[in-house]
Amino acid sequence: MTTQALPLKRSTGAWIGGIALAVAIWFALYRQLQPFSRWAVAQLPIPQGSALASSVEFFIYDTPKVLMLLTLVVFAMGVVRSFFSPERTRAILAGKREGLGNVAAAGLGIFTPFCSCSAVPLFVGFVSAGVPLGVTFSFLIAAPMINEVALGLLFALLGWKVALTYLAFGLTIAIVSGWVIGRLHLEGWLEEWVRNIRAGDVDLQPDELTWIDRFKAGWDAVKEIVGKVWYWIIAGIAVGAFIHGYVPAELLSRIMGADAWWSVPAAVLLGVPMYSNAAGIIPVVEALLGKGAALGTVLAFMMSVIALSLPEMIILRKVLSVKLIAVFVAVVASGILAVGFLFNFLFS
Amino acid sequence: MKEVKVLGPGCARCKTTEEMVKMEAAKLGIDVSVEKITDYEAIAKFGIVSTPGIVIDGKVVHAGGLPKTNDLQRWLQA
Repeated sequence: MTTQALPLKRSTGAWIGGIALAVAIWFALYRQLQPFSRWAVAQLPIPQGSALASSVEFFIYDTPKVLMLLTLVVFAMGVVRSFFSPERTRAILAGKREGLGNVAAAGLGIFTPFCSCSAVPLFVGFVSAGVPLGVTFSFLIAAPMINEVALGLLFALLGWKVALTYLAFGLTIAIVSGWVIGRLHLEGWLEEWVRNIRAGDVDLQPDELTWIDRFKAGWDAVKEIVGKVWYWIIAGIAVGAFIHGYVPAELLSRIMGADAWWSVPAAVLLGVPMYSNAAGIIPVVEALLGKGAALGTVLAFMMSVIALSLPEMIILRKVLSVKLIAVFVAVVASGILAVGFLFNFLFS
Repeated sequence: MKEVKVLGPGCARCKTTEEMVKMEAAKLGIDVSVEKITDYEAIAKFGIVSTPGIVIDGKVVHAGGLPKTNDLQRWLQA
C-alpha cells in the first residue's frame, strides 16, 4: 500500500466519479420502479384491481425498491462505520460512569459494526475492560436494534418522522434498560469465569485508512450485508405483499389498531420467538401500516423481533446466568411495551 | 516457523480466515502452524472484542471481519 501513493490518488478520483455515476443511475432507475411495476402487472393475465394484482404489484415494486435502498444505505453506512471499531468503542466506554456511559454506549451502538456471532466476545471484552455491566447492556441492546439497515429502510419507506421517532425511542430503551440493569447490581449473576477474567489490553495498530479503503469498506459491506439479508427481504416482501392484497383493512385496524390495547403486549410476545433482522421485518411493517395497524403496535412488534431474539439469548447464555437473561428480557420488553403504548397514545 | 492463532467461536468467517491464512502463507512460502482458538475465555484473554481475530507469534494483528489479503501478507512477512 505504501509504495503506490501516486496511483492511489488518481484512483480516489476514479472512485468518486464512479460512485457519482452509480448514484445517478440509481436515481434514474428508482424513479422508473413504480411505472414499471404497473406496466408489468398489466401484462400479466390477472384481473386488474383484484387482490392478486394488488399483491403482485406490491411485490414487483417493493423488491427492487427495498434492495436498491438497502444497497445505498449500507454503502453509506459502511463508509461511516470504517471510522468505528468495537475495540475503539470499548476504549471510549471503559472510563465512563453509568448514566453518561449508558448514553454514549447506546449512541455508539448505532455505528459500531456488530454481528450477533460476536456478541459473546464483545460482552466479555467490554466487561473485562472495566465497562460497567449496565453500560455494556446499553450497547448490546442498541447495536442490533438501531442499526443502519433499520433506520435507512424506515426513512426510505415510512418517512423521516417514523425513522426519527424509532431512533429516539430505541435509544431511550437502550439507555434506560442499561441504566436499570446497572442499578440492580447484578454483576454476581455473570458466569464465574467472566467475573474473574482480566483481559489484556490489545494494541492494534490503528490502520491508516485512505478514502479508497473506506469506499471499499462500504462496498464490502454491501456485498456482505445485502448478500446475507436478501432472502430475508424477499420473504418479508412476500408476507407484506400478501397482507397488502388479501388482509382486509378493517380486520387489521380492529386487531392491531390503537383501540385494541392488548395488541401491544401481544405484538411483543409474538415478536420474541420470531427471528428476523430489520431488513426482513420492515416490508411487513410497511404493509401493516398501510392497512391501518397502529404505529405503536407495529413498532413494538418490530423492536421485539429484532431486539429480543431467541438465538442471541442462547448465545449469551455462555456468559450470563439464566436469571440475568430473564432480567434483560423483562427490562427490554417493558421498555418496548411502554414505547408501543406511548406511540399509540400520541399518534392516534 | 510462525505461530498463527485464529480466534473465533466457529462462525463461517472464522473458518474462512483460517483458510486465508494457510493459503497466503503457502503462496509466500512461509512456514506456519495455524491453531484455532474457539474457547470464549481464551479469546477474551487476548483482549479482542470482535471476531475473527488473528494472533501472529503472540501479537494480535487483527480483530473483526475478514482480513484483507495484502494485510495478511504484510503480517506474515513482518
